[in-house]
Amino acid sequence: MTTATIAGADVQVDDEGFLTDSTEWTEEIGKQLAENIGIELTDRHWEMLRFIRDDYAANGVTPGTRRVNASGGFPTKEQFELFPKKPQKKSAYVAGVPKPAGCV
Amino acid sequence: MPANKKNLVVLGAGTAGTMVVNKLRKKLKKDEWNITIVDSSTAHHYQPGFLFLPFGTYSADDIVKPKRKFLPNGVDFRVAEIEKVLPEENQVLLANGEKLPYDQLVIASGTTPRPDQTEGMDGPQFHDTVHEFYSFEGSKALGEKLKDWPGGKLVIHITEMPIKCPVAPLEFTFLADDFFKQKGMRDKVEITYVTPLDGAFTKPVASAALGSMLSDRDVAVEPDFIIERVDDGKIVSYDEREIPFDLLVTVPLNMGADFVAASGLGDELNYVPVNKQNFLSDKYDNIFAIGDASNIPASKAGSVAHFAVDLFAENFVSHIAGEEMVHFFDGHANCFIESGDGKGMLIDFNYDTQPLPGKYPLPGVGPFSLLEESRVNHQGKMFFKWMYWNLLLKGRPLPVPALMSMAGKQEPKELETTEV
Repeated sequence: MTTATIAGADVQVDDEGFLTDSTEWTEEIGKQLAENIGIELTDRHWEMLRFIRDDYAANGVTPGTRRVNASGGFPTKEQFELFPKKPQKKSAYVAGVPKPAGCV
Repeated sequence: MPANKKNLVVLGAGTAGTMVVNKLRKKLKKDEWNITIVDSSTAHHYQPGFLFLPFGTYSADDIVKPKRKFLPNGVDFRVAEIEKVLPEENQVLLANGEKLPYDQLVIASGTTPRPDQTEGMDGPQFHDTVHEFYSFEGSKALGEKLKDWPGGKLVIHITEMPIKCPVAPLEFTFLADDFFKQKGMRDKVEITYVTPLDGAFTKPVASAALGSMLSDRDVAVEPDFIIERVDDGKIVSYDEREIPFDLLVTVPLNMGADFVAASGLGDELNYVPVNKQNFLSDKYDNIFAIGDASNIPASKAGSVAHFAVDLFAENFVSHIAGEEMVHFFDGHANCFIESGDGKGMLIDFNYDTQPLPGKYPLPGVGPFSLLEESRVNHQGKMFFKWMYWNLLLKGRPLPVPALMSMAGKQEPKELETTEV
């Protein structure tokens, strides 16, 4: 675990750059993280990020693609449009929540 | 004799439910507690055998026995469809309209492959060019198909995690490679392993080891593949990759029982949210879910259910006495992984510790090697069928501890990292 400076703030990140403490996240950090992976955030991105953050705060688990669809109302196809190729991993990265476990 | 006997109702008489009633019938006094177990089927399947059925290693007789044979005296076995649980009334509603009252409820209804949940998967191609081996019928049908399949593009595919026995598709791949080699037709078969994960397995050290076993066997891996639909002779992902097949062996989406959803007790995959250390429902303090039916972040596998039930039975007795549950489950799992050619591997892990190399169960001695192929591991897997039918289901002790131990394991040097 290391400390990184993102959007002017010192935050704890893991080897892959995921925030390890989701409470350190700010919208400014989210913007910077999105820029790191070449994504420009639209209103719809923000709605999905907010759902992921709220759901994580409530349940302590990063929601998967199916949950983001079923409970968040973001069809899987749209998740892929917003966060191309790896929506679950990329959206978790930008939202400052742990990398989805992928389960075992 | 107490005026009112209490009722324990267990939903599902599979691996977990059967072990629960065997353990608890011994612990709960017969004049204090009735135990009822409900299942829609009378047949108990040895599910690890579904892997071997397609290759003719086992016959149907090896893997199907009557459920009743494994249920103890003093347990009422009801063969019935479950409509839903009425948690506010402490009753279970059966499909025939009958209600079963309970004081304590254990949901052990497992997880089921659901090809109907992916567009095109259970269409006219199903059981023709599209197969699965997570059900008795599916596994038998695949065996028939493989008997005279002339070769071509074999695609082995996982729809979405979590799945029951997450190593099974890898084992199927290794065994298929061996099967076609034995038939002298490996050069006629092109094998692709398609997974929603970013590598062969979920955990880094094992993923690297298993990934190189795939490349050694000339199996192509297509990672990060989130399926949108099955088309005529190809699977298509949400990011519009297409993988053609002559024979698709898929692991369909796995879901918990529909009655769990109808009862308002499930998450988006019909798994019951519970405390991952003691399996008590997040919502009701007289409902537990154990085995594959719960949402605990452990492998959906018989070994997890077995270790879990050991602790659960102790806890349950405290719980009904109004005491605190003091045994904490650690997510312990161990799985044999058949690798073909009479060899196998073994992995042993829990919530916090990924599968690592070493020896099991005796440190430095074994006889089993962790994360390494050996003949002894394969023999262990073969012998396990006997243990399952004769010891495990009946709740008799197995010679391995319930909680995972780090003794005998090697720490990983440095974990590989992947790009976002």
